[in-house]
Amino acid sequence: MIRPDAELLLDINDLHASVEAQPILNGVNLQVRAGEIHAVMGRNGSGKSTLSKVLAGHPAYRVTGGSVRYRGSDLLELEPEERSRLGVFLGFQYPVEIPGVSNLEFLRVSSNARRQQQGLEELDTFDFDDHVRERLSVVQMDPAFLERSVNEGFSGGEKKRNEILQMALLNPVVSILDETDSGLDIDALRIVAGGVNQLATPENATLLITHYQRLLDEITPDYVHVMAAGRILRTGGRELALELEKTGYDWVDEEVASTGQGVA
Amino acid sequence: MVSTATDWLTRLPAPAGALEPIQRRGREALAQLGLPTRRQEDWRLTDLTRLQGLLTLPLAALDHASAEAASAQNVPGRPENGWRVVLDGHSDPLAGVTLPEGVSELSGSELKQALGHTLARCGSAHHWPVEFNHSLASQVLALRIRGSVPPLEVLVGAAEASLSPTRILLVVEEKAELEILEVFLADSGAAHSHLFEMHLGQEARVRHGVVAQGSGDSALMAHLAVEQEPRSSYELITVSRGWALGRLEPQVVQVDGQASTVLKGLVLTADEQQFATHTTMRFEGEEGELDQLQKTVAAGRSHSIFNGAVNVPRAAQRTNAAQLSRNLLLSDRARIDTKPELEIVADDVRCAHGATVTQLQEEEMFYLRSRGISSARAAALLLRGYCQEVVDGLPPLAQRWPVIDHLLEGLER
Ligand SMILES: Nc1ncnc2c1ncn2[C@@H]1O[C@H](COP(=O)(O)OP(=O)(O)OP(=O)(O)O)[C@@H](O)[C@H]1O
Ligand SMILES: [Mg+2]
Repeated sequence: MIRPDAELLLDINDLHASVEAQPILNGVNLQVRAGEIHAVMGRNGSGKSTLSKVLAGHPAYRVTGGSVRYRGSDLLELEPEERSRLGVFLGFQYPVEIPGVSNLEFLRVSSNARRQQQGLEELDTFDFDDHVRERLSVVQMDPAFLERSVNEGFSGGEKKRNEILQMALLNPVVSILDETDSGLDIDALRIVAGGVNQLATPENATLLITHYQRLLDEITPDYVHVMAAGRILRTGGRELALELEKTGYDWVDEEVASTGQGVA
Repeated sequence: MVSTATDWLTRLPAPAGALEPIQRRGREALAQLGLPTRRQEDWRLTDLTRLQGLLTLPLAALDHASAEAASAQNVPGRPENGWRVVLDGHSDPLAGVTLPEGVSELSGSELKQALGHTLARCGSAHHWPVEFNHSLASQVLALRIRGSVPPLEVLVGAAEASLSPTRILLVVEEKAELEILEVFLADSGAAHSHLFEMHLGQEARVRHGVVAQGSGDSALMAHLAVEQEPRSSYELITVSRGWALGRLEPQVVQVDGQASTVLKGLVLTADEQQFATHTTMRFEGEEGELDQLQKTVAAGRSHSIFNGAVNVPRAAQRTNAAQLSRNLLLSDRARIDTKPELEIVADDVRCAHGATVTQLQEEEMFYLRSRGISSARAAALLLRGYCQEVVDGLPPLAQRWPVIDHLLEGLER
C-alpha cells in the first residue's frame, strides 16, 4: 500500500560496501515507507544478499560510502542486535544451524530482547510456550521443531518456515526476506506467503528478495527493483516482474555495459 | 628434582592404617621416580612448577561434615533415589552410611586380593599420579556391587590449601548395574589426588560420571583404571573446569574383547589454567568397541592437552574404535595440544580418528545477534550448546548439580 505521507522507515542513499576489500555494493538508493512491500530481483551475484546483510549489520561487510537511515536515525552505527531490537528483521537466505542450542530457548531469548526494547514484559518459559504455540499457526509449523536444535537437520523448507516464525515472534518494523521462497514446495510457499501477508500492516514494511514471480502472485509488491552490479538499476511496479519473467536479464547486461558500471 | 621428592617424602607422617604397606611401597617408588621431568613424553607439556607446588601443601585434615559443607552453597541435598558417600581423604567414608541392598564393603583378605589388581592390569604401576596417591592415601572406599543398585553419588571434597588423597575400589559383579557420579569440589588452593579402580564382570553395565569443578589455584590429579570382562558395558563421562593444574588419566582395558566402552570428556580452561587428559584404551581380545569423544574449550591464556592412546594388539581382531577430538579456542593466547596415539597391530579392525580446532563460528554468532541477542549472550549460548553434547551424557544424578551454569563461568576472556 503506497501512501506518500506514510513514515519513511528506511532511507538508503548511495550505499557502497565491500567484503575483503572487494566492492560489492556500488551505490544503492532505496526508500521504504510504512505499509509498503518492495520486491528486489536480479541475477545471482548481483548483490541482493549483500545488501540485506549490510542492513542487518554483518561484521564481514564494510560500508565504504553512503548512508542508511532507519526511522530517521543512522542505522549503520548500530550493532546487529540493536537493529533487531529496534525492529529490523533479516530472514536469511541460508539460515544457520546451531547444534546444541534449543530452538525454543533461542526463540525465547530473542523475543524477550525485542520485547524489552518495546517496553513489553519479558515472557518466562511458561508464558512463552503459550505465546510461541499461538504464533506457530502463522506458518502452520509443527511444535516438534521447537524441541530441536536451531535449524539443525531442518530441511530447506523447514528452515524457511522457522525464519518466518521468528518474524512472527519479533514483530518487526522492516522485514528483509532473502529468498524465503526458495526451497519451499507449492503448498508451503502459499502458507509462508499467507503468513507474511498476515504480518503486513500499514505500520510496517517488507523487502522481498526473490527470483520468482510465483511469490509475487501470493504477495503483491508495491514496487519491484532490479539489482545489477551492486546497484538498483531499475524500479517499477509489479508489471516489471512480469516483464522480467518474459525477457530475462539480458537487457540488464546491456544497460550495465552502457553506463560503464562493470560487474564488481 | 629427585631431592625435592625425597625431601617431601621425609616430611610425610609415618605410614599407618589399613593401607600402610601400600603407602610404604608407594613412597619407595616415588623416591625412585623423583618428580616427572619434561624429558618424559607424558609430561613434556606440563607446568612442573605447579606440580611441585602440590608438595608444599599440608595433608587434608577436614572432617566429613566440613567436606560436605566446604562448598555448601554449591552442594545440593542428598539424592532422593540414590545414596551419597563423602570422601575427604581423612575420615571413614562409610561412617553413618547405610549401604543399599546389593552393596557390601570389601575388607580383609578380599580387599587385599582385589586392591591394585585392575591397576596392574591397566599397566598403571609406576605412573607418577598413581604412586603419588599410593604414598599418601590412608583409606579406600572399597565396595562390591551385586545386581542392580541405586545410583551412587561420591562427593570428593578438598579444603582450602591442603592436599586430599582419596581412593576408590569397585568390584562390579557379573550382570550387575551401577550408575555412579563422582563430584570433585575444591576451594582455592586445594588439591586432590584421586585413584579409582573398577572391575566390571561379564555383562556388567556401568555409567560413570565425573564432574570436577576447581576454583582459584586448585589442582586435580586423578587416575581412573577400569577393567572390563566380555559383554560388559562402560560409559565414562567426565566434565572438568576451573583447575589451575589438572591431570585426568582414564585407562580402560577390555581383557577379553567383546565389550563396549564409551569415553566422553569435556574440559574447560580459562585464565592461566592447564589441564591434561591422558586416556588409554587397550583391547586384549576380539570384537571390542570404543566410542570416544573429547571436547575442550580453552579461553584466556590457558592450555589444554589431550592424549588419546588406543592399543589394538594382534589378538584384538575386529575391534571397532572411533576417537574424535574437538577443540574450541576462545582466545588467541590460549593453547590446545591434541594427539591421538593409535597403536594398531591387528589387521582386521575399524579405527577412525579425527581432530578439529575451531573458533566460535562467525556465522552462528551473527545469526544469533541478528535476532537481538547480545554478543556475550550469543557466545554463552553457543558454548552451552557445544558443551551440552557431553554434559547430557552424565548420569541423571548430575541434573541436581548446576553443571552447565558453572561450566561457563569465567570463560568470557
Ligand atoms: N563473504 C564474502 N566473501 C567473498 N565474496 C562475497 C562474500 N559475500 C558476497 N560475496 C560476493 O559478492 C557478490 C554478491 O553476492 P550476493 O550474495 O550478495 O549475491 P545475490 O544477489 O544474493 O545472489 P543470489 O541470487 O545467488 O543469492 C558475489 O559475487 C559474491 O561472490
Ligand atoms: Mg542471495
